[in-house]
Amino acid sequence: MKNIMIRITEWVIAITATLSLSFAVNAETPKNTFIMAKDISDIITLDPAEVFEFTGGEMIANIYDRLMMYEPEDLTTLVGGVAESWDTSSDGKSVTFTIRSGMTFHSGNPVRAEDVVFSLRRVVKLNKTPSFIITQFGWNADNVDQLVVLDGDKAKITITEEFSPALVLNALSAGIASIVDKKEVMAHEVDGDMGYGWLKSNSAGSGAFSLQAWKANELVSLKANPSYRHGTPGVERVIVRHVAEPSAQRLLVEKGDIDLARNLTPDQVEGLTGNTDLKVQSDPKGALMYMAANAADPILGNSKVALALRYLVDYEGMVNSFLKGQYNIHQAAWPSGLWGAYNETPFSLDVGKAKELLAEAGYADGFEISIDTLNASPFPEVAQSIQATLAQAGIKASITTAEGKTLWPMYRARKHQLILARWSPDYTDPHSNLDAFARNPDNRLEAKLTGVLAWRNAWQKDEMNAMVDSARNEGDLDTREKLYHEIQASLQMDSPYVVMFQQTEASVLRKEVKDYVSGSLFDLIFYRNINK
Amino acid sequence: MTLDNKPLDEIGLKAWLLAVAPKSPAQARCQRAYLAWRSFRSNPIGMIGLCIVSGLIIVAVLAPILTSGTGLEPNLGNRLQPFSWDHWFGTDQLGRDIYDRIVWGSRITLYIVGLVSIIVVPIGLAIGTVAGYLGGWVDNFLMRITDIFLAFPRLILALALVAALGSGIENAVLAIALTTWSPYARIARAEVLSIRKAEFILAAQSQGASSARILLRHVVPMCLPSIIVRLTLDMAGIILTAAGLGFLGLGAQPPLPEWGAMISTGRQFLLDQWWVPTVPGIAIFVVSLGFCLLGDGLRDTLDPKASDR
Amino acid sequence: MQLTKTVAARTFASLSSQLRVLSSVAVTLLLTFIGLTSVTFTIGRVMPADPVLAVIGDRAPQAAYDRVYKEMGLDRPIYEQYYRYLGELSRGDLGTSIMTSQPVLEDIKRFFPATLELSTIATLIGVLLGVPMGVLAAVNQGRLLDHFVRIFGLIGYSVPVFWLGMVGLLVFYGKLDWVAGPGRIDVYYDGIVETVTGFILIDAAIAGEWDIFHNAVSHLILPSILLGSFALAYIARMTRSFMLDQLNQEYILTARVKGASETSVIWRHAFRNVLVQLITIVGLTYASLLEGSVLTETVFSWPGIGQYITTSLFNADMNAVLGGTVVVGICFVGINMLSDLLYKTVDPRARS
Repeated sequence: MKNIMIRITEWVIAITATLSLSFAVNAETPKNTFIMAKDISDIITLDPAEVFEFTGGEMIANIYDRLMMYEPEDLTTLVGGVAESWDTSSDGKSVTFTIRSGMTFHSGNPVRAEDVVFSLRRVVKLNKTPSFIITQFGWNADNVDQLVVLDGDKAKITITEEFSPALVLNALSAGIASIVDKKEVMAHEVDGDMGYGWLKSNSAGSGAFSLQAWKANELVSLKANPSYRHGTPGVERVIVRHVAEPSAQRLLVEKGDIDLARNLTPDQVEGLTGNTDLKVQSDPKGALMYMAANAADPILGNSKVALALRYLVDYEGMVNSFLKGQYNIHQAAWPSGLWGAYNETPFSLDVGKAKELLAEAGYADGFEISIDTLNASPFPEVAQSIQATLAQAGIKASITTAEGKTLWPMYRARKHQLILARWSPDYTDPHSNLDAFARNPDNRLEAKLTGVLAWRNAWQKDEMNAMVDSARNEGDLDTREKLYHEIQASLQMDSPYVVMFQQTEASVLRKEVKDYVSGSLFDLIFYRNINK
Repeated sequence: MTLDNKPLDEIGLKAWLLAVAPKSPAQARCQRAYLAWRSFRSNPIGMIGLCIVSGLIIVAVLAPILTSGTGLEPNLGNRLQPFSWDHWFGTDQLGRDIYDRIVWGSRITLYIVGLVSIIVVPIGLAIGTVAGYLGGWVDNFLMRITDIFLAFPRLILALALVAALGSGIENAVLAIALTTWSPYARIARAEVLSIRKAEFILAAQSQGASSARILLRHVVPMCLPSIIVRLTLDMAGIILTAAGLGFLGLGAQPPLPEWGAMISTGRQFLLDQWWVPTVPGIAIFVVSLGFCLLGDGLRDTLDPKASDR
Repeated sequence: MQLTKTVAARTFASLSSQLRVLSSVAVTLLLTFIGLTSVTFTIGRVMPADPVLAVIGDRAPQAAYDRVYKEMGLDRPIYEQYYRYLGELSRGDLGTSIMTSQPVLEDIKRFFPATLELSTIATLIGVLLGVPMGVLAAVNQGRLLDHFVRIFGLIGYSVPVFWLGMVGLLVFYGKLDWVAGPGRIDVYYDGIVETVTGFILIDAAIAGEWDIFHNAVSHLILPSILLGSFALAYIARMTRSFMLDQLNQEYILTARVKGASETSVIWRHAFRNVLVQLITIVGLTYASLLEGSVLTETVFSWPGIGQYITTSLFNADMNAVLGGTVVVGICFVGINMLSDLLYKTVDPRARS
């Protein structure tokens, strides 16, 4: 019997030794391939008429050129993408775009004004979620054929609503203004779906990369477009690998199995500071973290209570600890670093002041309340910190965390009390946020303006609606900026929102990777200059 | 268990417990329990398990004395501290003392364990004994249902149930209970089948006792030992499933110090502050092991024939 | 004449008894299937997560919401939705996943082999190491080795797998560099080998891409050892107790008295008799690994069916959840029934 045992032990040792020797893996990714790890479970489509998710938006930004664009070389100047130049009519109601000559799609087809017209009409007719960005101009499926037209070799658009021309051009730099290859797309049309079924998981663009494969919850693989108008991209392949676990991402980037880790927590980034193979790139983002109080709630509807809440958040404490380096204090509804930003931060943790306000409101002894939030870090941590500071003023808060798909239905049905959530702009004009935060044309429950934050929080102020409209329509840039500052200042003091933080994305890269550009919007991330 | 080799001067309680001819049913019952205990005591594995489980109970009961705080209050200036005299197990990402949280978390573990038992045992017993005792189409019907539940992928069903009921510890417990009762029904039924024709049952029937009375007074007590053994052995699995749900964010809600949730939120610190997820991991391990050992010992004592089934 | 009649009657009796067994199997399968789908279906419909929002995003206007709500047939009564789902299912159509925009069947073809690969190897590890361990423990009952196996088995029961997985990754991938990291294969190898079976190991071997084979193995080692150790714990424990049962039987004594060698007594006599029971246990283990690998898959970023079902569940992608559950459930039931049948055919005592 002893013999058998010894033999087995030998066996086990032998196997372990063989395995450990033979499977030591060589690190380092191929030179011509850029690999990044990211949680990509949010992608549900790659059709630019439908994409409204963070990762999907980032993908189509690298696959499609848009009518108007921000380029990685200068992230703050709006330039023509597929449009070479544009003419705004004197009444500001129509714009005529001249198309860049000599551009081709990945298929080899030339990029024509016809493709531009097709792409915009397609967005309006398919009527998917992000289409509101251009349908707010007054376009709908019935009139878009007359309002977006071919004008010789140019494309002409006409708006029926009152809109600042700057806003129109800015909206046309969003993902829905991606120009798709009409011939290629229509070749895959099924039952008049304008190629919708096919384009979900295929690409027909003119951007720096073409889509090689999208395997949901596994990877997205992009192939360089050698004839891109700015020249061949720096790497031949970009692979975005789905790794949901931040700690797994960290191990992978430390070992050199990936070039870039996107979802590391502040503490993990700090843990990597001594590693000379890696570098950290911090890019300010437009995403805001805010807490909203449902005004339909009898307690929270009291504006003094809402104001008191602003003094019951430990902004400094959080930003200097578990949010360090990835969130900064920002207390206005339009993010810092973008045109129209309002950077005043009047609030800090002040329990005494909050107690005064609560006493004035008739809640000197506090009350009980629930906080709902996402179950992904750092939301639960922020919620727990707020829970503790609320307790100092006698407010007993309970926390419920959930996946977004569970949280949003409740928010959209006004069934929350306090909700801790995130908001990211769709395009770089302040109207993108303030339209949602401040403007609520119909506060009735039956109105179901479920996409509007003000409605979700049952909050309406007529003068605020008027202010947002006039800022939207204002043609003069300086006046417009001043109007937006006024709106934000007013929201800061009187609104259901406690805007707390603005995100800074910390990307951890292998040191040999150069020129990864990540702008303020989720879809201003460019792979084409990357080289290593 | 023989009495020959016992010292002769045993008197009082011990003698009463070991009397050859018990004078009352109560004495007989106490004697049985005592003998079982003596045989259990000689089983080192079971004793270790018993120590761990009673340790858990003591810690849970004495939590307010054993800790200096509730383990719920964040202290952002004191985050991720290593082991020290002030913080025996360090502090977590919000600066809370991990030792305090582990101690208070033992109450949650006990709560889960207790609640699952309270739900599972009656359901399993009721279905199993009724099916076994009544037989016929009732048996067929009930056992079909049991079989269906047995065939379910359990973890996935528990996940789906929690997703439907909403996150939270009660819902997690309910989901676990609903996915674990079926084997108990089977065990109970098997026990009933083996005693259905026993003399004492027939005697009770001939005295005109109702089915309900027979089930409750005679059948259920006979089933209990094997059910308890199985339950104790399953406890590890139940604790691990609850922790797994917590790990996926579906169990206890923050800031509750549920151990699985502590691992889940602490896992990003494994590389730099290894103790944050490791201490709750060890706690889960020790307690599960305790239940396993206890179950093993109990089985040897109460249910020597049913080796491992 | 009389004789043939009896034979015919007997054949008929045995045929009809087999038929009865078969039909009872079919009924159980059908009932289980209906139970499985209806429960999952109901859960999907009462869930607070909203499948419509999974399609259109949280910022969509109400008009878009109402349209998609109708398109998805959610305005119908639940029994009608269920009936419709069964109808489609009977035509082999599992519907389309919201998350992946692919037919659920295609997704399952992609994710299931990953889980199958993992749990098959884990079961193999469990059998190859667990059975000898169990036998040794039984033979050495009460001695050190026996206690070791018992304790080891209990430890295997008690460790939280997600925690051990993280520690394993940190140590063997992060620090020691013995194995490859999370995932099924290094990502730049993806798409090189043609998918034939969906099992990367087999596909790579068919294509003769030994680099990829090697890479896939190094990714597979850690999670499969981890899962395997749980299988091992259970199998060793059960083997031990089955063997103990046998070793206490009279025929073993007879064999010993007759002068059979110890090895022959153990392996030829006792072990042969526990084989059938063992197969049942292995089947059970295999089935439970198939569904129980959710947490392991999460920790190792393993693109398997468990992760698919879980993520779909969180995203209210009910077609995917239903499809995945049905497939796993059928495998689960199938394996259980197979081992049950095997047990009944081989072991006459269990037939009654």
